[in-house]
Amino acid sequence: MARHDHDHGAPPSDTALRVKALESLLIEKGLVDPAALDALIDTYENKVGPRNGAAVVARAWSDPAYKARLMDDATAAIAELGFTGRQGEHMVAVENTARVHNVVVCTLCSCYPWTVLGLPPVWYKASPYRARVVKEPRAVLAEFGVTLPEQVEMRVWDSTAEIRYLVLPQRPAGSDGLDEAELAELVTRNSMIGTGLARTPGALRAKTEAAE
Amino acid sequence: MNGAHDMGGMDGFGPVEIEKNEPLFHAEWERRAMALTVAMGAHGLWNIDMSRYARENRDPLGYLADSYYERWLYGLEVLLERNGLVTRDEIVARMQALVEPGS
Repeated sequence: MARHDHDHGAPPSDTALRVKALESLLIEKGLVDPAALDALIDTYENKVGPRNGAAVVARAWSDPAYKARLMDDATAAIAELGFTGRQGEHMVAVENTARVHNVVVCTLCSCYPWTVLGLPPVWYKASPYRARVVKEPRAVLAEFGVTLPEQVEMRVWDSTAEIRYLVLPQRPAGSDGLDEAELAELVTRNSMIGTGLARTPGALRAKTEAAE
Repeated sequence: MNGAHDMGGMDGFGPVEIEKNEPLFHAEWERRAMALTVAMGAHGLWNIDMSRYARENRDPLGYLADSYYERWLYGLEVLLERNGLVTRDEIVARMQALVEPGS
């Protein structure tokens, strides 16, 4: 909160008040429309999120031709499901296998595939993850409860302002015969960043029962 | 451009802090700061690289001390001032007016 004191000479400020002041000025000047602001918030709180990405993953697990298109041109394949827009204009899909595990970061900022995952969690935007996952990915994954065999190659992808990555997690054991909607339930947000694995059907059942 | 944001490989930040059942926003002002930034970006007066430069080309201590949406707010204010749309003096005056209506 002291930020503006030392570099701009403003009196002690409260960030919430500052945002309120800025919003009222921008509305007054006709630069933003309050209804458009509410619509943007609604979009990112309720419409765009990791369920989009889960639908993409479930389709790729179910349909080999779709998976081939996803690996070839992820932006176009994701658009087939209707997910397009800002912060997802140049998508690349990377596939986890028994031999390779992919993890996504943005060391410089917080670049993230909004169209398929929504807005990023705080840890993704915070210094420890950005600084460390490129240097000690296994140690960072362990903090997420993920431990992979030593022989699995780790690939860490550093996003840019343009290119955004979607991890295609490994299809879990015991998921044969599930339809796309059921498969999508197994796909977690973190499994599409690489800091998690897709749930097994058994783990999903246990979670559902615990919640009941 | 180098700077505090260029932190890939840097030691000393400690463990990743993972919040369980994390909400999308942690305060109402974060919602508004996100929406204001995205809405102003839609005018096409600046692109993503200019936004990044506005957020990142600053004193390292300020960058590191700010939360994520505070950085967005900082960058937005820089861009608004640079484009002659809103000055920081106007923001401060409006803050005072909001706290002390009628003064």
